[in-house]
Amino acid sequence: MALKDITLGQYFPGNSILHRLDPRTKILLTVIYIVALFLAKQLAGYGILLLVLAAAIAVSRVKLKVILKGLKPILFIIIITGILNLFWTPGDILWQWGFLKLTVQGIWAAVFMVLRISMLIICTFLLTYTTSPILLTDGLENLLGPLKKLHVPVHELAMMMSIALRFIPTLIEETDKIMSAQKARGADFDTGNLLDKAKALIPLLVPLFISAFRRADELAIAMECRCYHGGEGRTRLRQLKYKTPDIVGIAGGLLLCAGVGVLGHFGL
Amino acid sequence: MEPIIQTEKLCHTYSAGTPFERFALVDVDFTAYRGEYLGIIGHTGSGKSTLIQHLNGLLKPTSGRVLFEGQDIWESKERTRQTRFQVGLVFQYPEYQLFEETVYKDIAFGPKNMKLDDGEIDRRVRQSAEFVGLGPEILEQSPFELSGGQKRRVAIAGVIAMEPSVLILDEPTAGLDPVGVSDILRNIHDYHVAKNATIIIVSHSMEEVARTVDRLVVVDDARIPFSGTPREVFAHEEELVAMGLGVPQVTRVFHRLRRLGVDVDDTVYTMEQAKAAFLDVLKRKGAV
Repeated sequence: MALKDITLGQYFPGNSILHRLDPRTKILLTVIYIVALFLAKQLAGYGILLLVLAAAIAVSRVKLKVILKGLKPILFIIIITGILNLFWTPGDILWQWGFLKLTVQGIWAAVFMVLRISMLIICTFLLTYTTSPILLTDGLENLLGPLKKLHVPVHELAMMMSIALRFIPTLIEETDKIMSAQKARGADFDTGNLLDKAKALIPLLVPLFISAFRRADELAIAMECRCYHGGEGRTRLRQLKYKTPDIVGIAGGLLLCAGVGVLGHFGL
Repeated sequence: MEPIIQTEKLCHTYSAGTPFERFALVDVDFTAYRGEYLGIIGHTGSGKSTLIQHLNGLLKPTSGRVLFEGQDIWESKERTRQTRFQVGLVFQYPEYQLFEETVYKDIAFGPKNMKLDDGEIDRRVRQSAEFVGLGPEILEQSPFELSGGQKRRVAIAGVIAMEPSVLILDEPTAGLDPVGVSDILRNIHDYHVAKNATIIIVSHSMEEVARTVDRLVVVDDARIPFSGTPREVFAHEEELVAMGLGVPQVTRVFHRLRRLGVDVDDTVYTMEQAKAAFLDVLKRKGAV
């Protein structure tokens, strides 16, 4: 079943340095890397960032095939951006056919744009591939902690996010099961026009919603039984702590970002 | 006996080519005969659920063939679809698949997909509701207002209404009270007798299957190590225990008696047979 092959935000367990870094470090590094991506202007800047990303992928031991598979859903956007940049950048014309103008500047702009989008997606995927969803939300909650002073319900949002993440695989499995059960009664999800297909979804969606509500109810009761009452005064099983590799990592990231910024400033 | 469903060298691999690759079935040759009452037993994750989902074409074999009445069910799209109606499959906890406003409409879902006319649909809905012991007053209620046991019957009726010549049930009694268990098993037996249908029942409760089935198929670690009458299968006590399955309690007692030197027939697996075996021993000793 194709449903099971979705890898969006899926965690690949491992024990590499990247897996062991504090989640906050990884979130910060991802943000720093994205900033650096937008500071890079020319070949030197992009080259360095590409090398860093390649090194990070190599260290993480996540297979390249898996990472490239993550790009598939946005392939269309990448291609469109590439084509737009390729033919609609003003500059020295290399080749012309009707309104299509291929320019030197256009080729470079297209290459850089495609690289920028792909690298942006890949680096965020790398974050979710090497960090378990629980650690990720823990890290986010910690980083967004100061917003509590502004009465932003950070803990509640983080809790909702971890519950949502936790239930994605469960709901996928459930969808699969209900789909099989209805197919066994002759339901047909694949043929017919759009209206037929939408109608065919009713026998799938009704039981799915009912079971999602039932699960939500059960979960709420289970949480209350264990005296859950929100974030106030709640301690954690895993205390997040910055260690030497984290400090080195963030320092390295900032340096990289600054370096790329300087290179960009000089037009390299 | 004439085979109705067969698998030839059936293999199924989940998530092939990824780090999560898992072999669920390896070279499985399985046969069910027309009109028989067959039990499939196996531990959780042994591959029994994967096997039954091949029998009505819900899963496509990674390699190997599935034959229904001698014809490959994957021969054409139409053939696969027809097989779904001829081989009814009731999943575990089938009550979670109910979706219609009324019980009547839910049971009618299968027959409607078969494009039968309204009169025939009506006949089938009423008849299958009767089979599972649901009164006509329940037909107009919402399935979500019913008790757990009643919902399960509605779901089973929804499959029976397609009048399949093979009815497969995955753990049909899981989570029911003892009265509910014997009621459901009796309903299934009624369908078996009335339509001369082949019944395949998946279970991990030895007591439950031993009483009802003609033949047992054991699934372990993606393969079928042995099959036969309950008597033959339960003779393999040690292997069954190693698979985490075991034999009915009464069989265990008799195996033990045999080892202690009592000259008793140790192939029993129901209480009635146990009683007969005991009386036989006592008779031979002249006590009765």
